[in-house]
Amino acid sequence: MNDTKSPPEIEEKVGVYVCHCGTNISKVVDVEDVAKWAESNPHVAVSRDYKFMCSSLGQELIEQDIKEKGLTKIVVASCSPHMHEGTFRAATEKGGLNPFMFEMANIREHDSWTTDDREAATQKAKALINGSIERVIHHQPLEQIPVSINPSTLIVGAGIAGITAALELANGGNHVYLVEKQPSIGGHMAQLDKTFPTLDCSACILTPKMVDVSQHPNITLLTWSEVEKMDGYMGNFQVTVRKKARYVVEDTCTGCGICIEKCPFKVIDTEFEVGMGERKVIYRPFPQAVPKYPVIDAANCVYFLKGKCKACQKFCPTEPNSIDFEQQDEILKLEVGNIILATGYQLFDVKRIPQYGYGKLENVFTSLEFERMVNAAGPTEGKILLRDKESEPESVLIVHCVGSRDENYHKYCSKVCCMYSLKFGHLVHERIPDATVYNCYIDMRTPGKGYEEFYDRLLQEGTNFIRGKVAEITDSPRTPEEEGKLIVQVEDTLIGRQRRIPVDMVILSPAIEAQPDSKEVSQLFKMGCDFEGFFIERHPKLDPVATMTEGVFIAGACQGPKDIPDTVAQGAAAASRVASLISRGTVMMEPVRASIDTENCSGCRICNNLCPYNAIEFVEEEGYSQVITALCQGCGTCVAACPSGVITGAHFTNEQLFSQIEGLLWDVQELEPVPAGKEE
Amino acid sequence: MTDQFEPVIVGFLCNWCSYRAADLAGTARIKYAPNLRPIRVMCSGRVDPQFVLTALLNGADGVLIAGCHPGECHYVNGNIKTLRRFLLLKKTLKQWGIEDERVQLLWASASEGIFLAERVNKMTEELRALGPLRWHEKVLGMNGAELVTVKEA
Ligand code: FES
Repeated sequence: MNDTKSPPEIEEKVGVYVCHCGTNISKVVDVEDVAKWAESNPHVAVSRDYKFMCSSLGQELIEQDIKEKGLTKIVVASCSPHMHEGTFRAATEKGGLNPFMFEMANIREHDSWTTDDREAATQKAKALINGSIERVIHHQPLEQIPVSINPSTLIVGAGIAGITAALELANGGNHVYLVEKQPSIGGHMAQLDKTFPTLDCSACILTPKMVDVSQHPNITLLTWSEVEKMDGYMGNFQVTVRKKARYVVEDTCTGCGICIEKCPFKVIDTEFEVGMGERKVIYRPFPQAVPKYPVIDAANCVYFLKGKCKACQKFCPTEPNSIDFEQQDEILKLEVGNIILATGYQLFDVKRIPQYGYGKLENVFTSLEFERMVNAAGPTEGKILLRDKESEPESVLIVHCVGSRDENYHKYCSKVCCMYSLKFGHLVHERIPDATVYNCYIDMRTPGKGYEEFYDRLLQEGTNFIRGKVAEITDSPRTPEEEGKLIVQVEDTLIGRQRRIPVDMVILSPAIEAQPDSKEVSQLFKMGCDFEGFFIERHPKLDPVATMTEGVFIAGACQGPKDIPDTVAQGAAAASRVASLISRGTVMMEPVRASIDTENCSGCRICNNLCPYNAIEFVEEEGYSQVITALCQGCGTCVAACPSGVITGAHFTNEQLFSQIEGLLWDVQELEPVPAGKEE
Repeated sequence: MTDQFEPVIVGFLCNWCSYRAADLAGTARIKYAPNLRPIRVMCSGRVDPQFVLTALLNGADGVLIAGCHPGECHYVNGNIKTLRRFLLLKKTLKQWGIEDERVQLLWASASEGIFLAERVNKMTEELRALGPLRWHEKVLGMNGAELVTVKEA
């Protein structure tokens, strides 16, 4: 073992504080008994139980005891260290001790909240506290490590969340790299027509922000680009970005659009127009796209396929020519201090519910198709038409919760579908006043400013609301009225009757899903995502935009379904978190780092390859390895592997952990053996 | 409580995923066996096989090592090293006649509170069925008798 027994103990005086947490702990754990029991430990000088240790009075208790009773170590038994470790470290420091002379025993999340068995919970609390007491005795004073923060920020995803965050930071004078994988920024919001409940036009409120981004001196915009690698840590990340070949030279292109006009080939636009319209092979996703430079879709370009055409190049009026068929992907290395992920969402594939007939029944549409249809710049120039692009529907039925709130697909509520389904109802009424509109919903969810009022408005406008989950949509009629119609089979749960509703058009409102690559993205940035693929925030309530990786933040629908106002709020929140780090300039990092006792290192080099950060170097001349502290992240893998036991992991030393293990088992040790690991 | 045997399980939970999964299980008030006694380590890769042996030697009936899912380790791949060490350790333990169920490794992400709780319940059941470990008898046997000395106070 490397950690030779700690220096013959300077009489340690441990203070133990057992928190009631109101009744959160005391309801299940007999806190008074535990506090009294702890007193019997020879190292313990003071043991108390208290209603709320995290209150200022509770903290003062610790400070006072340190000063008056000469405590050398502190143990607080309360909640998770993820909640209050910082609080009690600060109290320990205020009392005059090094903040690391403190240890926490988690008797709430890991104990009182997990069982109703009072006896077992009390016993477990004693074990956890005893482990902490035995551990804290071996704690050593540590200093936090200062890390300087690079003031540049990387934002991944340029939908409304990323755009908002980028503008907030840039307006504050900070440099931002905004990376977007599509050829244009704007995200899903650029595809929408009107936004609920105010019905302002999506493009009208979005495009000014897009222009601001493109003109901002502090924003480096990298569209048609993807992040491939992230290294480093908060304050100093190195990010590798692939800027895909556009085959258009950005330096000379004026964005005149002549190439697009002259390109002789069209393909179905499955991206922006979701298959409802066409685009050229050299294209801008939409007229207000930012940046203005087009991109060549190499997979469909006749020149790339057959070696002939080059119409775009021929007609390009710039000097030198802006079309470059030889252009290669560029690999950029960026240095940034913080990262905001705003990678958005995708829509549930409605084909997964075959009984709704999408793809087989022509006039079943998805919500996004309908958004494009009602948009004046969309494929039908704003006219609501059936798939034949000629006839107007006389009746439209909107199905809520397609893939949401459904055991078979997603259990969660996608949050925005009720509202936009209502909006669709309104738009149909507006464009085709005589049309009959049905909304089939499970529960109407309209929490939000002005949302319930909007629902009221729809009720006034005469939309028919049917409470029930649609079972099936078919085109096989049973009666003459059903002839030539789509028939929607639904149980109207308010009248308790099965209904068959013949309509001309059905719109499905699919669930909001995590991006298909969200798992890979979360791994790339070393933070987590949940079962559904949404990124996990550091705390669901109090830290909604931070992640478990310091310096990596999240905003918008990549964290969970949300509407535009919430997304914008999160974008701004993430930016302000980053801004506060930038203005601090230097932040303190946990001093949990490895170090090697070079004198006793045998030079076996086993640790060299284990380190995921290449933070251990072998000093050839001296024949030993040493840790480059600036690179070490403190995982402790090398400590566990060192055959000579000469690597110490600060704050997680062998001595501390062995003592904790033994302490934890105080009540079950059969004999008092010499532990196997402790000889040598 | 009835008279049934209640095993003691020492848990090594990594700070970033499984410790948080256990936090989440608590926050969500998921009730599970109180038999697990968790220790926080920064990464499952910090778990020295000697920790496991020390726990067993000191009266634990089982040890649970929990880390992030492969690919999700906060420190890139510490959990893969854990897995390697775990497999090696299991081989040794087997030679000593220590049943497979006694030392388990699992991956639990920060959102998998329920899963973690279920696994603790399952492991507790398995160990109840196996009964106490009795390391001294089983591993040291008569040969180890002299090794067991009373610790100097
Ligand atoms: S941090 Fe969880 S296993 Fe490495």
